[in-house]
Amino acid sequence: MSQSGLRFTKTHEWVREEGGEVVVGLSDYAQGELGDIVFVELPEVGSSVSKGDSLTTIESVKSVSEIYAPVTGKVASVNDALDAEPGTINTDAYGEGWILRIELSDPGELEGLMSSDEYEKYTKG
Amino acid sequence: MSSTATGVRTALYERHVDAGARIVDFAGYQLPIYYTGIVDEHNRVRRSAGLFDVSHMGEFLVTGPGALETLERLLTNRVSTLVPGGVRLSFMCYESGGVVDDLLIYGLEDGYMLVVNGANREKDLEWVRGHLLEGTELHDVSDETALIAIQGPASETVMRGVTGGPLSELGYYRFRRMDVAGHAVLVSRTGYTGEDGFEVYGDPLQAPDIWDALLESGRDQDVRPVGLGARDTLRLEMGYCLYGNDIDETRTPVEAGLMWITKLDKGEFIGRDAIRRMKEDGPRERLVGFELSGRGVPRQHQDIHSGGRRVGEVTSGTFSPSLKRGIGLGYIESAVSGDISIEMRGREVGATTASLPFYREGSVKRRK
Repeated sequence: MSQSGLRFTKTHEWVREEGGEVVVGLSDYAQGELGDIVFVELPEVGSSVSKGDSLTTIESVKSVSEIYAPVTGKVASVNDALDAEPGTINTDAYGEGWILRIELSDPGELEGLMSSDEYEKYTKG
Repeated sequence: MSSTATGVRTALYERHVDAGARIVDFAGYQLPIYYTGIVDEHNRVRRSAGLFDVSHMGEFLVTGPGALETLERLLTNRVSTLVPGGVRLSFMCYESGGVVDDLLIYGLEDGYMLVVNGANREKDLEWVRGHLLEGTELHDVSDETALIAIQGPASETVMRGVTGGPLSELGYYRFRRMDVAGHAVLVSRTGYTGEDGFEVYGDPLQAPDIWDALLESGRDQDVRPVGLGARDTLRLEMGYCLYGNDIDETRTPVEAGLMWITKLDKGEFIGRDAIRRMKEDGPRERLVGFELSGRGVPRQHQDIHSGGRRVGEVTSGTFSPSLKRGIGLGYIESAVSGDISIEMRGREVGATTASLPFYREGSVKRRK
């Protein structure tokens, strides 16, 4: 799945808007930096999150990374398949490697996120 | 992929870049940490074979009539019984018994070759130079020596495609000079992975040729280059120490459980008395292997707990692709064993001490 049409944070999360929810994942650039992902801690469904909160940790063979909430809202669902196959984030970061869905409190928060082109520039610079 | 690494490039740098390697600075060199991924490369070595550029290692030639006595005093392992064609693992220690480095010593026809950790090259050179007895010559040939390792159960098959040399008769920790891809090299049956394999010492100018020939010969076995990341997961699955993590100048062979390469019954060597005393008194801490019961990857410097208190520290940790769990090495108080916990980012994760090696299916054991 391509990265155009997605919006990005400075901490390398991507979001895709679907109705009143956003799907959230880790960018392809960030999974490349992390290397082989071996564990993903998934947040609790139903928990409230504020923009910028640490949502989960992603552990790779060589390091650990935090995933931060790109928006404020409630965790609507999580990708349980990552429990058994955490490497899906490496192989399909924008598709099957999605991490969680957040029910949006404030759609306005999406405006502050980077476009795909802006994120490209951000990671190259 | 451009690199921001600044170290010295080995003779194989262009090969690594062409193969899509992620290059990092390591021991003053620019080396590949991975090409396709650590887990993929690790599994390839266990299943088939992989190629490693380990040219960053240091090589010293020690020759002359004083060489044997010089090395017998510097090394913890016995040198006098090392015959030409043989290889041994050894430490060099300080008077305190702390480790200067771990190294391989090769018995050459006309002297000895020491192979030391790349990161310790300058330090080791100064140390050896400072202890040369009369009639001993020391030459640092590291810059004139490239080192390629092929490791994995398919290694001998792949090597047979590039040399007519006597491979099946070459036993573990033995070496021979032979031609590989038409170039004169030194080949030893040694490695750091727990698999069968060979290490090929040669002229850096010929290294790309040898590298290409091995990959070509290994095409049917799907042999590919392997980076430092998988080198670390492979050695840790075997419980092999890494200098700077599991052993250093503050640790002795007694604590590290490596007395089998420390011969207290040979003549005087630097550190012998301190090591003997610690062996008699019993070390306060010892190196153990452990496996996580819970999720997570243990990392160096994390605290180890037992019975509600801190009893030690992790020195090496990783995710074991073969066991599919976190594994590690660490020093803990000598009396502690069994159930422990590792403090990982504020969380206590249960673990159990484990006897080494963690991985027991390696082809290094099945060899004739």
